[in-house]
Amino acid sequence: MSASTPPITESQPLDKPLVVGGLTLRSRLIVGTGKYADYEVMRDALDASGAHVVTVAVRRERLIDSEGRSLLDYLDTDRYTILPNTAGCFTREDAVRVARLGREILDQLNNPGKDWVKLEVLGDKKTLLPDPVGTLEACRELVADGFKVLCYSSDDPIMAVRLRDAGAASVMPAGSPIGSGQGVLNPNSIRLVIELLKDADPAYPVIVDAGVGTASDVVQAMELGADGVLLNTGIAHAKDPVRMAHAMRAALQAGRLASQSGRIPKKLYASASSPWTGVIGYIPGE
Amino acid sequence: MKLTVNGCDFDLPQGEAVDGLVARLGFAGQAVAVEVNKELVSKRQHPTTPLVEGDVVEVVTLVGGG
Repeated sequence: MSASTPPITESQPLDKPLVVGGLTLRSRLIVGTGKYADYEVMRDALDASGAHVVTVAVRRERLIDSEGRSLLDYLDTDRYTILPNTAGCFTREDAVRVARLGREILDQLNNPGKDWVKLEVLGDKKTLLPDPVGTLEACRELVADGFKVLCYSSDDPIMAVRLRDAGAASVMPAGSPIGSGQGVLNPNSIRLVIELLKDADPAYPVIVDAGVGTASDVVQAMELGADGVLLNTGIAHAKDPVRMAHAMRAALQAGRLASQSGRIPKKLYASASSPWTGVIGYIPGE
Repeated sequence: MKLTVNGCDFDLPQGEAVDGLVARLGFAGQAVAVEVNKELVSKRQHPTTPLVEGDVVEVVTLVGGG
């Protein structure tokens, strides 16, 4: 690499950091902590992903049969900003309860994520699609209660705008159903979501959440103009999660840089990269 | 007195507060959040929040999730 194109490192960034809800993030990749075969693999995959923010769920303590190991033993709460989710909630009331319980725990840990919540209000167990009405109501209630709400949504552009206007710190449209690995199923919708959400403020953060299966899905989401990507299963259920975490990290950087670089238009016909002038042989039509 | 803790029946001596229950469950000093009858009880309120017969208590922590 020549001196004029320094390597892209965290000490020599080519990019401004993403700011969400007043917090400056060291990485545009947000990763989940669920579905890992064991805590050691999770810890190593989180490290490889370069993520600064990691999501967690809030669940009942096990009263019997506790194995004695907990997520928090493997999560460096000084390094990571923890984003508690309301996964599994199907009503506004339950989502608000879970958000408050998560804040209570993060407050005890004195983690910067204590006022954050990844809001999910689900409408259906099979598809895990969001309930738009419940999500909007819960978003309003949590914003009024002082939360920075990162809001899981469908890829409906008008719904996304309603959530932004309700005070969500970020709207996070799904590329495809949670855990499905189908990538970005409707790029046009995601583009419209991004365009409408950034209408008033280009810095408004839009994070594609859910459905990411492999590195090219991350690249695509970023090339469409997303500010970041949130994923879990794509890393956790890969055969080699740590290697996939590296891939997702590189993909995010590649997609982000490409998105900022202004890609060439797609054309029907070829355009030679080597000059015709000086060709020594026969050229058809000349 | 009989309580419901995390969906299970639980017997607790009369007069105990939330901090007593948390200690009996073995979670003292751990990062847990407690809800009594769907209302959050913050950690500093644990010693001053008495439990009564029939209370429905949730004791939660953080687990892996996406």
